[in-house]
Amino acid sequence: MLATSNSQQRLLNLVIFLVLCAGAIIAVAPLLYMASTALDGVAFVQPYPPRLIPESVSFENFEQAFASRNFGRAFLNSTGVAIATAVLVTSLAATMAYGFARFDFYGKRVLFGVLLIMIMIPGVVLLIPQFILAKNLSLLNSLPGLVLVYSSGPLAFNMFLLRGFFENLPRELEESAIIDGANPFTIFWRIMLPLAAPAISTVAVFSFLGAWDEYLLALNFLTDEHLRTLPIAIANFRGQHSSNWGLVFAGSLTAVIPTILLFVFFQRYFIQGITSGSVRG
Amino acid sequence: MNSETMQMTTEHAKQKSRGQKRHRGKPYYRPYVPYLFLLPGLALYLLWAVYPLLYQLYISFFDWRIIPGQTSAFVGLANYQELLTDKTFWLAMQNTAMYAVVTVAGQMIIGLTLAILVNRVTIAKRFFRTIYYLPVVTSWVVVSFLFVYLFSPGDAGLMNFVLMRTGTIQEPISWLANSNTSWIAIYSLGIWKGMGWAMVIFLAALQGIPPELYEAAAIDGAGEWHRIRYMTLPLIRRTIFFVLIALMIGGFQVFISVLLMTNGGPLHRTEVALTYMFDEAFGNLHFGYGAALSYVLAVVIVVVSALQSKFLGRGDQDLEY
Repeated sequence: MLATSNSQQRLLNLVIFLVLCAGAIIAVAPLLYMASTALDGVAFVQPYPPRLIPESVSFENFEQAFASRNFGRAFLNSTGVAIATAVLVTSLAATMAYGFARFDFYGKRVLFGVLLIMIMIPGVVLLIPQFILAKNLSLLNSLPGLVLVYSSGPLAFNMFLLRGFFENLPRELEESAIIDGANPFTIFWRIMLPLAAPAISTVAVFSFLGAWDEYLLALNFLTDEHLRTLPIAIANFRGQHSSNWGLVFAGSLTAVIPTILLFVFFQRYFIQGITSGSVRG
Repeated sequence: MNSETMQMTTEHAKQKSRGQKRHRGKPYYRPYVPYLFLLPGLALYLLWAVYPLLYQLYISFFDWRIIPGQTSAFVGLANYQELLTDKTFWLAMQNTAMYAVVTVAGQMIIGLTLAILVNRVTIAKRFFRTIYYLPVVTSWVVVSFLFVYLFSPGDAGLMNFVLMRTGTIQEPISWLANSNTSWIAIYSLGIWKGMGWAMVIFLAALQGIPPELYEAAAIDGAGEWHRIRYMTLPLIRRTIFFVLIALMIGGFQVFISVLLMTNGGPLHRTEVALTYMFDEAFGNLHFGYGAALSYVLAVVIVVVSALQSKFLGRGDQDLEY
């Protein structure tokens, strides 16, 4: 290449890099603003000028958040609900997916078609009937009840994700096990499930996050204070102390940091999950 | 036993070569086994998704009473008729559609631009991808409050501060006090939170384009813009359609941000379909009316989804080079 075009290329790369940095600032500035407000100590007026980096670090807001009776409890509730949902979704989606991927049975096409159609219907429009159903089954104010509803939502989509994964695994693996006399459950549990670990992790991470962040069902299902989950607890801070943003954001950060850590450490599974949606045929 | 499985295996090979997965020989499992695999998941799904969908249709034909002891009166299509003449409903639908159009356009343009640039840059690719994705993993409840704070009235709010420092505005704006400026805050949140998602998908598609194509185009003397317009974009056109439809579906479900930022106010001016449904059902206890509204919205979303399958057709990748 010519020298001029080479230096032009370098200039262009620099410009691109700077544009990307500007974009990165826009992406993280609001989050930094939140962190700085939470760490800035208790203040009842917004500091002027606004700070993205706190002046001094104080954990006063966090102490106050956890001192309020139900916040620590909400953290535990959310953790339990999210883990239970992740376990339930992965086990149910994996068994269903394997059933559809590897067996023939009467009614397969109809069932599959129903699930395919249901995928298009957004869960949030089912809020009213799910609420009434939970009321009739006496599952309001029950964390296990909430886990059941949370798990049903992402089930169909994750089943499709895993089914695609199972179908692409070579059949020879199962066939040699069949020759050895293994039954279908052993084959699924000992051979197929371990092979599907990457896809299963993707499903687990996404269903954990879905339950961790869920607000509307929790808002309507749980009225007992000690059953509340984190998003509800955060919204209550906002409702009770509308000018105390430090407290609201200390609560928010407590909820957000685990999700960001999860994302940073399991980034591969995130990217896999997001992009596998886009290539689903 | 052995010969049977052998026969199955060879038969299998034949079927595989025809691209079929159906067993023709005697299967190695008992006929009820597949149902055991499906039953637990299916039971949960039928109870909490399929049944509620049908139950919702039923509820929508009633003046539904949630309070024990009161009887719900069958009203036929009255809830749906009422929707047609309900000005707030139409305003909410219009607002929802507008939100979808504005935020989808914003997310797609910014997401695609970022993806093209990240794909070009030689260092810190992963760093940028991680940073842009952070707003996506942050919960809606948190970012909604965060944007209320960003768009605080007075000069100490970050948005007012930045705009006044740069001379864009002279006086601080009370963003969430009127509907036009509220929409700016709500749209900004939608675009800011979703651009990283679009970017990640576009980047994956861009990375799937073989570099030889670019080299060939460079030899042919195609300029930067030309290459993007006539090569990159057509090559990832299926991904563009996918992102468009997926974001549209998401846009029609806008809810928590509006609920927590304006709660549809002032005077229902920023109401969207789901905040109105929520207010009617859980605020005014008009569950039948809310159910009808949910159904209408679900139909709108399914129509959009159906367009997806129509446009995306059968192929599952952009591979056409």
